[in-house]
Amino acid sequence: MKRCEYACGSAEHLIARRQFLGVAGGVAAGSMLGGLGLFASPAAAAQLASDQKRVVVFNMHGGLSQLESWDPKPGTETGGPFRAIPTSVPGIHISELLPMTSQQMHHLCLVRGVNTSEDDHGKGAYMMTTGRREMPGADYPRLGAVFSKALTPEDSALPGHVIITPGGGGGRGNDSAYLGPRYSSIVLGNGNPPANTQRPESISETIDQQRNDFRRKVNERFLSRRRTAITDAYTYSYEQALRLMRERDAFDVSKEPAADQERYGQHDLGRHCLLARRLLEKGVTFIQVSHSNYDTHNENFNFHIEQLAEFDKAFSAFIADLAARGMLESTLVVVLSEFGRTPNINLFYGRDHWSKAWTVAMAGTKLPRGIAYGKTNEKGTEVVDGQVDHANLFHTYLQAVGVDSMGSFNVDGRELPIADPAAKPIEALLA
Amino acid sequence: MALDPTKAHVVATWKLDRPSNTCRFDPTGKYVFSGGEEATLQRISVADGARKPFPGGHESWIFAIGFSKEGTHAISGGGDGRLVWWETASEDPKPIRKVEAHKGWIRSISVSPDGTLLASGGNDAVVRIWNVADGTLVRELKGHARDIYSVYFHPDGTSLFSGDLMGVIKQWDISSGKEIGSYDAKELHSFNGGQLVDFGGVRGMAVSPDRKVLAAGGLYKATNPLGAVHEPLVQLFKTDSRELIKSQITDGITGGVLWRLIYLPDGVLMGVDGGSTGGFLIFWKAGEDKDYTRFKLPNIARDMDLHPDGIQVATAHHDSHIRVTRLAE
Repeated sequence: MKRCEYACGSAEHLIARRQFLGVAGGVAAGSMLGGLGLFASPAAAAQLASDQKRVVVFNMHGGLSQLESWDPKPGTETGGPFRAIPTSVPGIHISELLPMTSQQMHHLCLVRGVNTSEDDHGKGAYMMTTGRREMPGADYPRLGAVFSKALTPEDSALPGHVIITPGGGGGRGNDSAYLGPRYSSIVLGNGNPPANTQRPESISETIDQQRNDFRRKVNERFLSRRRTAITDAYTYSYEQALRLMRERDAFDVSKEPAADQERYGQHDLGRHCLLARRLLEKGVTFIQVSHSNYDTHNENFNFHIEQLAEFDKAFSAFIADLAARGMLESTLVVVLSEFGRTPNINLFYGRDHWSKAWTVAMAGTKLPRGIAYGKTNEKGTEVVDGQVDHANLFHTYLQAVGVDSMGSFNVDGRELPIADPAAKPIEALLA
Repeated sequence: MALDPTKAHVVATWKLDRPSNTCRFDPTGKYVFSGGEEATLQRISVADGARKPFPGGHESWIFAIGFSKEGTHAISGGGDGRLVWWETASEDPKPIRKVEAHKGWIRSISVSPDGTLLASGGNDAVVRIWNVADGTLVRELKGHARDIYSVYFHPDGTSLFSGDLMGVIKQWDISSGKEIGSYDAKELHSFNGGQLVDFGGVRGMAVSPDRKVLAAGGLYKATNPLGAVHEPLVQLFKTDSRELIKSQITDGITGGVLWRLIYLPDGVLMGVDGGSTGGFLIFWKAGEDKDYTRFKLPNIARDMDLHPDGIQVATAHHDSHIRVTRLAE
């Protein structure tokens, strides 16, 4: 798939988005505890079985400016040219670049005191999607893989981990680490259906059925004597591909009402957000929508006008729809980046990388609505109240959908903590 | 004193509180006004550099400045979409009139040669014509699809040019408000498929003294828009057929954009450039592809204006200074 190009030439995601073939690289996927067994209590599991929790992440690629979005500082030397506007929640103001989103603030929970102390694209993205710092010799599953494993019913017809990218092709991501390929992402390049999920015209339905019947028969014979986790994962990948072919329609956003397509915006992000809504309704557990590109070292304000105009229309429609359809109760929405942008405005009207004081926006599930948690100082250079980091946020995402973030994955008999055991969730948001 | 850009040198440097976005001499040449990364307009006396803040007009940065014909009134346009009228020579400046003129930024304003009309353009993709005397709306000119980056009255006063982010230049008949033609300056726009951003735009326009050429300036070769990698570019068009005549470039400036163009009386085109290569005044002779001389300014530049004497040029700088460069010995 296509690689995101950063202004600063970072090579991040070269590895993260690497394609892989089949299940050759994955081991032990069938030997782990998963699904509803990870919930904090049996009662919670029972509840969630009938009310499946889902997660949508908006990845603002390159580093969204908190000052042009969730934490404006108008009239200060760092504030830039945009004004702050009131929202549907008295007392909370956000940038005038988000007028439609401002009317959905009563659904949102802003975390304005994020300090991740990492200004590198790749490292920051890794931290924000795994809840841990990158370390040599260790790899951790990304958010989508974790939620897919924790929340996706075993009999789900659709994949549990979907990433919608702004461009490029499709395929599978290499982002599930020790959880195995079953939980790795299916990438929908530019919102297109998964690659290679259409039966070739030269193969009739009957012949296709016969091919698969024969494969199953041979597989069963082999598995009756040599069944392992690897063979199970191999078998699963074929069956999942067949299910995807049957459910291909789920990825066709053109089937959504024309009025909704207009409401979300006639641009890629609008289409991708509407696809996310469609996939949520079809039962997909985790969907990541990426919006590119916010790495605005040059002309930060022009580019935020351009990008946030798209985001504001699509995101506000998405939140409003989830709320209207009663889906926010069961869906966690997170708007994150790898970091924020510098309060200092450089000589090119740009803002550079800034991880010491920025904002993550959330909505849904048990999170409080219509609040701004944490605070930065007058110029937005430091967090002065409610400071949190990537690990706190990762725990919070998990807890918000009822997963015990202090629990572990059991992988081949090894207990692997789901989240960094040295960190805690943001308790104030989970009361 | 003979105009000679090869002899350019800085003769004055005036400090501001904040980086400057734009600067204009008033028609008498007594003052230079600056709009910068603040909501307060600034006036500087050319004679002694004395500075006078003009507060209370805007809620955002100021991007554009113009004057009534005799210079008695200054008009500023800001990121708040507001036009504000001021008494130019006031010692106790207060806004005379505030007009909520646009939704989103006003990026450019231009006053008609007879001083009666003011055109404004900005992020709402609409050009509006205002009565300078009382601030009333005369007409709206709709047709652009994206942000308008520059507006410029034809020297004969009968038409107006407006240029947008996509490199579309429209020419409007002032009396009827109808579009009378367009120029294709798409080389001044770029879309980067990796970064997924539209970039560039028509940042400045000028008509040659013989009125046969429209010059449009901005940037091209935007290999990394978000990282400020792009080069300055001028495109010259015939004003009768609206065909592209040629492009004018600058060798060696790998990071820059032309913020404004002005024709000098002898037909030399002057552009102000700012970017990662630095700040420059660049000079092209008519008919030549490359500049024949350039003057490196002490800091990245964002705008300029020519003094009524035709010899002095004020430049707006990121380092919170206005500088005056003399184009002669």
